[in-house]
Amino acid sequence: MKLPIYMDHHATTPVDPRVLDAMLPFFTQEFGNPASRNHAFGWAAEKAVEQARQQVADLIGATPKEIVFTSCATEANNLALKGAAAMYGEKGNHIVTCVTEHKAVLDPCRQLEEQTFRVTYLPVQKDGRIDLRELRAALTDKTILISIMTANNEIGVLQPVAEIGAVAKEKGVIFHTDAVQAAGKVPFDVNQVQADLVSMSGHKIYGPKGIGALFVRRRNPRVLLAEQISGGGHERGIRSGTLNVPGIVGLGKAAELCRTEMAGEAARLARLRDRLNEKLHQSLDGIYVNGSLEHRLPHSLNVSFAYVEGESLLMGINDVAVSSGSACTSASLEPSYVLKALGTGDDLAHSSIRFGLGRWTTEEEVDYVADKVAAVVRRLREMSPLYELMKEGADLSKQRWTAH
Amino acid sequence: MTYSPKVIDHFQNPRNVGSLPKDDPHVGTGLVGAPECGDVMKLQIRVSPGTGVIDDARFKTFGCGSAIASSSLVTEWLKGRTLDQALAITNGDIAHELQLPPVKMHCSVLAEDAIKAAIADYQRKREANAAATR
Ligand SMILES: Cc1ncc(COP(=O)(O)O)c(C=O)c1O
Repeated sequence: MKLPIYMDHHATTPVDPRVLDAMLPFFTQEFGNPASRNHAFGWAAEKAVEQARQQVADLIGATPKEIVFTSCATEANNLALKGAAAMYGEKGNHIVTCVTEHKAVLDPCRQLEEQTFRVTYLPVQKDGRIDLRELRAALTDKTILISIMTANNEIGVLQPVAEIGAVAKEKGVIFHTDAVQAAGKVPFDVNQVQADLVSMSGHKIYGPKGIGALFVRRRNPRVLLAEQISGGGHERGIRSGTLNVPGIVGLGKAAELCRTEMAGEAARLARLRDRLNEKLHQSLDGIYVNGSLEHRLPHSLNVSFAYVEGESLLMGINDVAVSSGSACTSASLEPSYVLKALGTGDDLAHSSIRFGLGRWTTEEEVDYVADKVAAVVRRLREMSPLYELMKEGADLSKQRWTAH
Repeated sequence: MTYSPKVIDHFQNPRNVGSLPKDDPHVGTGLVGAPECGDVMKLQIRVSPGTGVIDDARFKTFGCGSAIASSSLVTEWLKGRTLDQALAITNGDIAHELQLPPVKMHCSVLAEDAIKAAIADYQRKREANAAATR
């Protein structure tokens, strides 16, 4: 077993060597510009791009013409939200999203609010999922767009996207979903979900960084977007800019591998994730899983370790790469807004660790991580005044603290 | 976040972790910070009755590595000091010694607050005792 161990696959994933092999020729020999319509270099590049478009479409049950390549999922989200807002702003000025969305959705929404748009941020329940009744209640005749992510990047919780899609369809509202964490990991079909706009990213599915895709529905209904990057009219005028051919080829190959290997990979990772969770629960008391265990990505676990601050835990397990919802890691001094939205107390939000297993995670690694985390949590609890107070029988919620 | 070698050393080998009897009249206890803010420090000093010098100091900290290191460092510095000398320790001294980055300044501030709170607690006890024996 090699150290350090990477268990932060929600942040990014390594490129699969098969993906890299597919990409390499497109840097040196097949370097043509797909927009070069008059010679073999351009044709070869175009052929590769169209094959990748098919591969990406196949992963989500779309048709190739519905796939628009972007530079990343952040751009795809911006294009979806701002592009739809600009196109349908005449029809209405109301957007519905959710408080636990990624910043790449929340921030464009804030920008739209500075224009003429009104945005409703739905709360989530304790399990991290929205309440469909609240969604229905939020819709007005001015609502043009619902944007709810398929899976959350911090807690791995899956939203009821098929139900949301049905509501959107019924009300004639466009449904965008940020499927960056879910596509390629769990079955996702644009028609089953009735999604109109879907964002994806290469580097979360064992493809390269710097490539993303947006699914834009062409039938029932045909969704139109105002371009956000204008120029040579690439990607059917929706997104200009010379195509990143190696990146696109890599995204395509990554999507194909995810599609063909998903069933086995998801089952294997769910088993390892459950093993990690069980081992942690066997060795430690005062630990809490954040978000629904049932509606969750198979490779994802987010746990709070009471009485221990997350960053110190990360520092103690320095040969394991994971991330924390503690404020100290983000420099903002505010703990994770996602955990707070679940109703997790600030103290437990500061104590949270996100584990993201991946394609090459082994059982040996899982066991090592479980043992290491348990040992460090025990050591830090011996150092923790909160643990001592709890053992003395004090009620921590009644203690008077000197907030600073 | 990258840590200075001194922070890592104090984090991995914290000095003087533990507790002193908090009802001992020669012991002062400071408990500062809040769990919601991500750090809580408990700092205790024992003042030698004969000399008025701090002869023992212990800490327990819930917080990031820099918070743990700040409190560990402070327990080392406190031993052998009079209360006036202890009060002269500033958060700047702590931050400088540990090379804390700006986002971690609050850890050193909290450690300074903990010293002040422990000394105040000790002096409160002394006054209460003096009043009781008067
Ligand atoms: C849910 C979600 N949306 C969007 C993004 C942004 O993706 P990209 O890095 O491709 O811009 C991420 C990645 O951090 C994510 O997890």
